[in-house]
Amino acid sequence: MIVADRKPFEEIIEMLKPYSRILLLGCNECVTVCAAGGAKEVAVLASEIRLFRAKEGKPVEIKEVTLERNCDPEYVETLKPFIDDFDVVLSMACGCGIQFVGERYRNMIVLPAVNTTFYGVTEQHGVWAERCQGCGNCVLDKTLGICPVTRCAKSLFNGPCGGSQGGVCEVNKDTPCAWQLIVDRYKEMGMLDRYLEIQPVKDWSTSRDGGPRKRIREDLKI
Amino acid sequence: MRLSYPANVKIVKVPCTGRVDVIHVMKAFENGADGVCLVGCLEGDCHFLVGNLRARKRVEYAKQLLDECGIGGDRVVMYNLSSAEGQKFAQIAREMTEKIRELGPNPVKSAKS
Repeated sequence: MIVADRKPFEEIIEMLKPYSRILLLGCNECVTVCAAGGAKEVAVLASEIRLFRAKEGKPVEIKEVTLERNCDPEYVETLKPFIDDFDVVLSMACGCGIQFVGERYRNMIVLPAVNTTFYGVTEQHGVWAERCQGCGNCVLDKTLGICPVTRCAKSLFNGPCGGSQGGVCEVNKDTPCAWQLIVDRYKEMGMLDRYLEIQPVKDWSTSRDGGPRKRIREDLKI
Repeated sequence: MRLSYPANVKIVKVPCTGRVDVIHVMKAFENGADGVCLVGCLEGDCHFLVGNLRARKRVEYAKQLLDECGIGGDRVVMYNLSSAEGQKFAQIAREMTEKIRELGPNPVKSAKS
């Protein structure tokens, strides 16, 4: 899923200063699962904003809407009947959703209420961790399911580096060294000889380095 | 027991404090409450095992949110006591009322008037 974090309240309230009719938009997909921008988080943020503004003597009208997805046009379209009743959209969807709503409704300003952080997994209830960077050229077959691009701070392909101490990355003591994990996995599977294969320089043009990416399936286009 | 406690305490019954979510606390303040007191079972005595422990975490989170929006996290408090402790309940109701009286009314109400 795409993982996000709610922005600090002061930042949100500062963005909303000029506005009094707010459409607060959530998303039922990734940001619901990572508890950053689902219906529950929308309700809590709306309540917080209402309380703050009421206390300041500048009450706001907030409509809380959580779309099935903010990244598909058919759901974004459902905002049409009422979006013009508001001064601004405050979106708790990921960066994709925030932009997509803005693209559809050109006369509206869509403000972000979250910082979109990474593609990750739920390690345990309330703990999410990064697993993929969308580099566009997956190497998980070579590293037996542990991504060196994402989980190594340097994205090394022939690791570990000298900063790996006792299986821990020097960047953060809570981060396991990805290459230690990969070597352990090779051992576990009796495939340690694979570690001796030198990986060539990666072609990063399939990643962000090649600019914004697009995927087209002609057979599905209408 | 026929114990008395301050008449300004309004009781909202829930099956377990584990049912209480952050939004319920926030809504109480939006609707004009001056303070919210969660009274759960003793820790380790939850019929649903961890309902009261979860409620305590949610209270801590609600405190942060209320501090952020200027209402004040001190206005939410959680207590743990057993259903056999009527005396203690009355005492908590008095303590809470005193504490909230010191903090003054919900700032949202003062802004409206």
